[in-house]
Amino acid sequence: MRTIDASKITAEVKRMVIEANYFLPKDVMEALKQAKENDDWKLSQDILDKIIVNAQIANDEQVPMCQDTGMVVAFVKMGQEVVIENGFIEDAINEGVRQGYEEGFLRKSVVGDPLNRVNTKDNTPAVVHYEVVPGDKLTIMVAAKGFGSENMSRLKMLKPSDGLQGVKDFILETVELAGPNPCPPIVVGVGVGGTFDKVTLLAKKALMRDLDKYNENEFYADLEKEMLEKVNALGIGPQGFGGKSTALKVAIEYYPTHIAGLPVAVNINCHATRHKEVTL
Amino acid sequence: MEYKLKTPFTREDLKDLKPGDNVYITGYMYTARDAAHKRLVELIEQGKELPIDIKGTCIYYVGPTPAKEGQALGSAGPTTSYRMDAYSPQLLDLGLMGMVGKGKRGPEVVEKIVEHGAVYMAAIGGAAALISKAIKTAEIVAYEDLGAEAIRKIYVEDFPATVIIDSKGNNLYEIGREEYLKCTQQK
Repeated sequence: MRTIDASKITAEVKRMVIEANYFLPKDVMEALKQAKENDDWKLSQDILDKIIVNAQIANDEQVPMCQDTGMVVAFVKMGQEVVIENGFIEDAINEGVRQGYEEGFLRKSVVGDPLNRVNTKDNTPAVVHYEVVPGDKLTIMVAAKGFGSENMSRLKMLKPSDGLQGVKDFILETVELAGPNPCPPIVVGVGVGGTFDKVTLLAKKALMRDLDKYNENEFYADLEKEMLEKVNALGIGPQGFGGKSTALKVAIEYYPTHIAGLPVAVNINCHATRHKEVTL
Repeated sequence: MEYKLKTPFTREDLKDLKPGDNVYITGYMYTARDAAHKRLVELIEQGKELPIDIKGTCIYYVGPTPAKEGQALGSAGPTTSYRMDAYSPQLLDLGLMGMVGKGKRGPEVVEKIVEHGAVYMAAIGGAAALISKAIKTAEIVAYEDLGAEAIRKIYVEDFPATVIIDSKGNNLYEIGREEYLKCTQQK
């Protein structure tokens, strides 16, 4: 058994939500520079340039790179030998969000009730997913998920006969429908398999992967590469003004499913895949 | 082409703009997004006066982050515009001449843009720290209770935007993509 104090979780979540909003991850910066190099359309290059300059300003001045500082989605991997002391883990996470959004000058974007829509004024609650794993470590990943892109995400329960082609068509259709709305260049997270609920979580998890990493399964890694090419052949381009760099990455996660089904979900992210991870 | 524009806009100021033109706006604009638009249109439906002078004005669809010391406003990039489509036609009828946001607009909005000779522009989505530099002053003028969604009167200098839908209804999201695809096919 190993004990972790709840206040430690709060402090780490607070730090991570601020850093995720101020500092563009290295892999994303690299992907943006790469995209600019590979895109000979002048308008695309101009916009990618401005996105890079924006990230530098945010970094240097320690301000949010985007005004939509997101709703916090936290992924917790909890070793079964860990005991949290002096508080409930989810309260500790929400307290970290509360402090981080206030002290980091981040926008409070969460309404307490989706229909009555009164702002909670502290960006809580976060959406928290838990996974129990072997060992005595606690890993927390937080993402600041903006809704310009979240709103463009879709789920479909395909038939097994729709097969691989059905999945490919659904990904392309979703990106096409989104067009300029989610601030391209986008990151496309895809979930395939599982159930109605599981498939959306897979798509969200796919967005958390570093942009230079592929699925460990070769078949899915190849599918990721093929779909990135197809998405970029749509010509939507940065900001939807036309160009090659519609997406920086297509990441796919899969899970076993039922003989009768083929769920597929596409979760879209803007270029700034804002997330941070810590292991305690 | 590049244009320097001053608010408030007249039909004459906007008539030569084309999709893809870069504009730099100087003057007063208002910020408003989902909840503020809903309230404005409720007032119109009740026949009441609006809390802002809409004639010739330009609305920026933004919910900024709180300002740090030394800033007029925090990070302030555009939010997705289609969510305002339910409200924009009524505001255009009252004299709104410019909208800045990002993303597609519905046919009812395009129709009103053409009818009134207005213009829809986009700022770079996500480039909120960069855009914020063009905002010199900001004050809340209505709906303070809405927090980030309150209506603010902002003074901007050379605020950068790109024309998406011009006063004739031409649309950069269609034209830009067609041009790019045509060029890649020719290669």
